[in-house]
Amino acid sequence: MKASRRTRLAAGFALVSAAALALAGCSSGGGSNAQNQDTSGRGPITYVQGKDNNNLIRPIIAEWNKAHPDEKVTFKEQSDNADQQHDDLVQHFQAKDSGYDVVAVDVIWTAEFAAKGWLQPLTGDLKIDTSKMLKPTVEAGTYNGTLYTAPWVTDGGLLYYRTDLIKTPPKTWDEMMADCKIAKANNIGCYAGQYADYEGLTVNVAEAINTAGGTIVGKDGKTPTLDTPEAKKGLEMLVDAFKDGDIPKEALTYQEEQGRQAFEAGQLLFHRNWPYIYSLASTDGSSKVKGKFAVAPLPGLDGTGASSLGGHNIAVSAYSKHKATAVDFIKFMESEKIQREAVVKASNAPALASLYDDPELNKQLPYLSTLKTSIENAVPRPVSPFYPAITKAIEENSFAALKGEKTVDQALSDMQKAIKTAGSGS
Amino acid sequence: MSSTAMGAARDSGAPPRSPRQQRGGLARAQRARNRNAFFLIIPSIVLLAVVIGYPIVSAIVMAFQKDAGLDAATGFFVQGGFAGISNFTHWLLQQCPTSDGGTTSCPPGNLGAQFWSSTFTTFFFTVVTVICETVFGFWMAIIMNRAFHGRSLVRTAILVPWAIPTAVTAKLWFFIFSVAGIVNSLFATKILWTSDDWPARIAIIIIDVWKTTPFMALLILAGLQLIPEEVYEAARVDGATTWKSFWTITLPLVRPALLVAVLFRILDALRMYDLPAIFGGGDATATWSVLVVQQMRQGPNAASALSTIVFVFIFLVAFLFVRFLGANVVQTTQAQQKGELK
Amino acid sequence: MTTAALEPTVNRASVSRRRWSSIRTWISAIIIVLWCLLPFYWMVVTSFRDVGYTFDTTPWPTHVTLDNYVTALSTHWGNHLGKALLNSLIIGASVTIIALLVGTFAAYALSRIEFRFKGIVLGVIMGASMFPGVALLTPLFQLFTNIGWMGTYQALIIPEISFVLPLTVYTLTSFLREMPWDLEEAARIDGCTSAQAFRKVILPLAAPAVFTTAILAFISSWNEFLISSQLSSDKTQPVTVAIASFTGSLPHQEPYTAVMAAGTIVTVPLVILVLIFQRRIVAGLTAGGVKG
Repeated sequence: MKASRRTRLAAGFALVSAAALALAGCSSGGGSNAQNQDTSGRGPITYVQGKDNNNLIRPIIAEWNKAHPDEKVTFKEQSDNADQQHDDLVQHFQAKDSGYDVVAVDVIWTAEFAAKGWLQPLTGDLKIDTSKMLKPTVEAGTYNGTLYTAPWVTDGGLLYYRTDLIKTPPKTWDEMMADCKIAKANNIGCYAGQYADYEGLTVNVAEAINTAGGTIVGKDGKTPTLDTPEAKKGLEMLVDAFKDGDIPKEALTYQEEQGRQAFEAGQLLFHRNWPYIYSLASTDGSSKVKGKFAVAPLPGLDGTGASSLGGHNIAVSAYSKHKATAVDFIKFMESEKIQREAVVKASNAPALASLYDDPELNKQLPYLSTLKTSIENAVPRPVSPFYPAITKAIEENSFAALKGEKTVDQALSDMQKAIKTAGSGS
Repeated sequence: MSSTAMGAARDSGAPPRSPRQQRGGLARAQRARNRNAFFLIIPSIVLLAVVIGYPIVSAIVMAFQKDAGLDAATGFFVQGGFAGISNFTHWLLQQCPTSDGGTTSCPPGNLGAQFWSSTFTTFFFTVVTVICETVFGFWMAIIMNRAFHGRSLVRTAILVPWAIPTAVTAKLWFFIFSVAGIVNSLFATKILWTSDDWPARIAIIIIDVWKTTPFMALLILAGLQLIPEEVYEAARVDGATTWKSFWTITLPLVRPALLVAVLFRILDALRMYDLPAIFGGGDATATWSVLVVQQMRQGPNAASALSTIVFVFIFLVAFLFVRFLGANVVQTTQAQQKGELK
Repeated sequence: MTTAALEPTVNRASVSRRRWSSIRTWISAIIIVLWCLLPFYWMVVTSFRDVGYTFDTTPWPTHVTLDNYVTALSTHWGNHLGKALLNSLIIGASVTIIALLVGTFAAYALSRIEFRFKGIVLGVIMGASMFPGVALLTPLFQLFTNIGWMGTYQALIIPEISFVLPLTVYTLTSFLREMPWDLEEAARIDGCTSAQAFRKVILPLAAPAVFTTAILAFISSWNEFLISSQLSSDKTQPVTVAIASFTGSLPHQEPYTAVMAAGTIVTVPLVILVLIFQRRIVAGLTAGGVKG
């Protein structure tokens, strides 16, 4: 009796499962690549992107709709959260929803969506002129040699430095490390980027490796190439800087915000961050570096360093019924007028190269010409359908190396192996 | 529905009849009660079967499917097909597939390599937090069981950590433990609570203890209040020290309620997600639940295998606990509900 | 007490011992109260601090401002705390109502009727309440993606039933056990029909129990994070998710003071609720022995 009572819990679990057997079906994942082959369809379309916080998109669409009454665009606004945007797109693609015609795609999703057959290749009738775009932004939209996503807004890293302590910004990594004695004399940290265990770490490590002349994956987008001396040199630069204290140890907790706060508190001589902190550091009430800082391109080995690339591209859904209109709308979004509007209204870094030299825009955003140098030298993160696994491999192993728990060689060889397994299934 | 229920209640309280009638009536009444109970219970069971049973079975089905892989020639994804037990060996034996179809040991940086370390993390958190919470909970309960002015204030204060949602708790302590935060300034340290392995683990344990000890204390207090004061008086007359009467009276009498509380806490700690997910700490604080969520978007079928493994492990822990510590949940509960718990 | 009355010397020693013990109790009580309240206090203090003095360590409010609350409630930067509060309310209320509607019958049967397999049914309910939510997540994620339910209310409500329903049944069963059911029969002897007895006697008696159970069910739904964080969208996300992903005026920006303000906004109603119904909640927790 007692024993049977004791097993009731087990029986309970079993019963729930058994009762459900009848209800359970097989949920099938994935789908065939049956795309809508018709590329000449015209008609109303929907544009999908994340939250339009600066009220940029709606006026643009209104302008388009006035000129194209028969091919009106409807705006579908997604959430702010990248994961939610991703899941929303996946859900609609998986349902082969023709209601999502033009979609904004984070650059790191391009390969995944393309490999699933969800994006329309921008070739043939749908070809887009990308010659005026910054080259790395085009590379970030290219999978297997085919352009799937068109550049829209981009982003690159900048080196923020203290003008009250440094006359001319360092051009190379070694120069920057030499300047660290100034930081020491002033009793502040020398340099920091984002080294907490998250996507920003991949961005920073990729920058170091690319700057040193290495690459993370080969041209095919999946074969890891971290066993090279260049890659080793890249990771070593960061590890050594941590060892010497040139990067303060608390940078291991830095995401963008913590780094910005440290820089604004006057605790850093050099700081790698995105353009967004420029206006904050110059206007924040608490900022101690107001008027005392400027930006430079990231330092390299013997010239400009290689930034990683952020931003969103735009793509045509494979299931769209009005692809000709969709591509026209993309072309409209890429036009100089609209790209300029994106800079003026939302401080977006444009994909169009010519805008960076525009004097008027430079007056509004003083960092613009520096940013151009940064993005021209930028290297996109690996365009791989298994990007989540790749970034995980980089994050985990480089984090261990920065903390001194792993040698650089060990970290790179583990990264190499982990990226290799990423490409071959789970 | 409710009229049937009332019918059942009426049957049991019906006025006495003749003995023969009564015997047949009793059997009939029991059958009627069974039937009524069945109709009353079935909606709950069906609902649970839908919301729990369906996903479990579906997860098991998915766990035997391969995740979509890439066709090297076209660069497009293709369906994975039947996987056998490879999704399970991926986690349990840390085997990763190679491009030539064989398997290799999963390298660090692959989620598969993280299974046993996350198992360690999960159990470590569980053991340490449950022990701390039991000890502190006991202490708090004993204090609250004493008669003194302001006792109700203590009881109220203790509910505050419990009432704050875990997500808010995690954000709050993330701020408290940040490099420039109050903890580091109070102790004039520069500990990287949110990044370094052990500080992050310790921080999460502290947060969890802060948040959950009140729950433990209240359950223990309920047990304490069932012990009549005379028992202690008698012990005191016999010359027992406080310490001795704790071990010989309090603990044995509270034991059944305590074991149930501990079991609940263990099972709750084994599924910990909110704290490590929001507070951070990277792989050093990645519990099973965190690992499942990380895997979910990378490969749902492998994630299903993982969550099935987790489910089985948790079930085993519950089973072993019940088996060897004799925490008979159902029995204790029934006894508790009948007010027989002494 | 009895020994003390017998001998005056012992009495004095005992009094001083008792005084010492009551001082110890007091110190312990103060430590407990501080330990429980200080972090919460720190959140409230920080929420009133100017963002420029985020890491100020003065233990009382300095640079007091309401800006953080404006920031927290503003929708201008893509945060929708107000909407999230409403979502939490919608989800919590739906889950609670469904669980009560279904669970009351089961609790009634479990507490009032002797029937076969009762132990097994209790086992099922207990087992379900211990179930790891993460085991439901992946299949539901797939299912909801396939049928287009991602980010809908039902996608959040259905999984939450898995832990709220067992909690409801369990807590309610314990409460109903303790009810004086004799009154029901007394009422019928007084000539009430069973429906009348139910309405006039049982319902008023059971109402507090149902109400307490409802509070516990609601709180456990309000606190849920794992499932909501994965299956919700910006339109349906509850407060826990909104706070975890709180952003500032620019991407990457995360203003601590505003997060603390948001945390205070979310917590204070709950704390008030808990304070008002303190006794009930404690009774519910200990009767059910289930974590909320």
